[in-house]
Amino acid sequence: MTLLQIKDLTQLFSGLCAVSELNLNLDERELVGLIGPNGAGKTTVFNLASGFYQPTHGKIIFQGRNLAGLKPHQVSALGIARTFQNIRLWKEMSVLDNILVAQHFHLGYGLGSLFFRTPRYLKREREIRHKALELLEIFKIDAYAEEKPGNLPYGMQRKVEIVRALSSGPKLLLLDEPAAGLQSADVNELITLIQWVYDQFDLSIWMIEHQMKVVMSLCSRIGVIDFGRLIASGTPTEIQQSPEVIKAYLGDDQL
Amino acid sequence: MKRFNVPILLVVLLTTLMGLAWFEVIDLYIQTIVLFMGINIITSTSLNLVNGNMGEFSCGHAGFIAVGAYVSSILSVALFTKSRTFGAPLLPPELAAYGFPLVLIIGGLAAALTGLLVALPSFRTRDDYLAIITIAANYIIISAIINIDKIGGARGFMGMKRVIFAMEKCAEIPWMILWVFIFMVLSIIIIRRYMSSTYGKGVEAIRQDEVAAEIMSVNTNRIKLVTFMISSGLAGIAGGLYAHTIGYVNPKSFDLLKSTEALVMVYLGGMGSISGSIIAAVVFTLMLELLRPLQIIKWVAIPLLLIIIMQFRPEGIMGNRELSDIFPRLKKFYKFK
Repeated sequence: MTLLQIKDLTQLFSGLCAVSELNLNLDERELVGLIGPNGAGKTTVFNLASGFYQPTHGKIIFQGRNLAGLKPHQVSALGIARTFQNIRLWKEMSVLDNILVAQHFHLGYGLGSLFFRTPRYLKREREIRHKALELLEIFKIDAYAEEKPGNLPYGMQRKVEIVRALSSGPKLLLLDEPAAGLQSADVNELITLIQWVYDQFDLSIWMIEHQMKVVMSLCSRIGVIDFGRLIASGTPTEIQQSPEVIKAYLGDDQL
Repeated sequence: MKRFNVPILLVVLLTTLMGLAWFEVIDLYIQTIVLFMGINIITSTSLNLVNGNMGEFSCGHAGFIAVGAYVSSILSVALFTKSRTFGAPLLPPELAAYGFPLVLIIGGLAAALTGLLVALPSFRTRDDYLAIITIAANYIIISAIINIDKIGGARGFMGMKRVIFAMEKCAEIPWMILWVFIFMVLSIIIIRRYMSSTYGKGVEAIRQDEVAAEIMSVNTNRIKLVTFMISSGLAGIAGGLYAHTIGYVNPKSFDLLKSTEALVMVYLGGMGSISGSIIAAVVFTLMLELLRPLQIIKWVAIPLLLIIIMQFRPEGIMGNRELSDIFPRLKKFYKFK
């Protein structure tokens, strides 16, 4: 079944065409990659899919619902979660609080019950906390629950950010260059982690990545964009042999 | 038993204060200073919510104090006393003792509504631009008050002492100490409950990375709206208490200087620390009184002190920690979270 449908998606930034007539489909339970040279518009596509930008033309349909006009927090409540290229954890909050705040879409209590500490409020707060701790435990980072993310090593911060995204129970997880800035040992660990997340959770993953090792070993399908256009899509082997892709990355040999 | 420690302590403190005032152990001057401490605690903790926790720079807090002061004063004077402006009391003056907290709360609600003046622009702007909007809001409110002749305009509004007398007819106790204390405790409880909930942690998330907050399902606009309204609403209650403590309000006393005083308290205490704001409010109030003999030089000494603090301890007295972080033993005494 189709999870995410992107139709004729175009994004103009005052004349600059960042994404142009992009058509893409993502099925449920799929691990798909999106690659392309620097400035090709990959992150823009993610910003559109998470509701951070409103598309100039075209539609993004998630589980049969058009995302047009929805704010990012509403999109995330529908079940799209994401991580960022440069880690954007809340650095002065504990790891646990980071996970807690990502539960905002289903707090299930109003301000009235918050101020009067009604049983409903206390119950929901307990549940939310319990769920967050459970998730930290699954990922074996419960020891760092009270630590500030800024004090953790870079690779660990990446992991926390992925856990934070997962904590909202998404159907689609967008990973924006998860391997950026990692050492090669950490990259191998990340590959195992992403594969594990994909196996354990009922979701689809769509990732942007520059490191070919990551994309080629994880993704069943890869889309390649250049100058905002989809220039190729297919299995990793198909992509590696596509003349269009080689041209986009290495350039034309004719001057 | 642990959970009753602080409530018991508060009740003891309140009865001691009221007893001292009732037996006239402390004179009216000292009583007024104590009242100002309580009022300043409400002012600084409420401003801390916006400046410290949410990371916006609001420098028009006095505007909301003014709204609360005027709305509750006008209501209480019109309802419970005979005045030249409003004629005979609308309700029997004996009700003043019960009606007063309601009047204060209405003043707070009115101030919370004026908080929209700042909350709505905050959806689209932040930082310096929003700071300028808060200054503008402060001046809009003061100019509006100056231009309404019915409530005294630039001359100010008085008659609140008669409300206190009406309350004292009901029972001869130091009412203002009671109400200031109760509303001070209430506003600290409100702020603490708000900030310790998962909902309130969204406020911290907005300060640290607003884009990430919005994308991680935090409805940032709603949180800003709620936070600004809580902050300005509590400021309004502080205003109502202030007006009834001195029995007289003047629009000039709610200008930028008053907002600056609130800012000084927040920065003196430490951004985002509730206990810091409380300590700073007490210290600042005492300092204002101790430096009174200096007269006008006071306004050289206090800003100078601020410069010294910013130079040598920019994080304020407490930093962003609470008392229970510095003295972990306090946690044995009471559960703080």
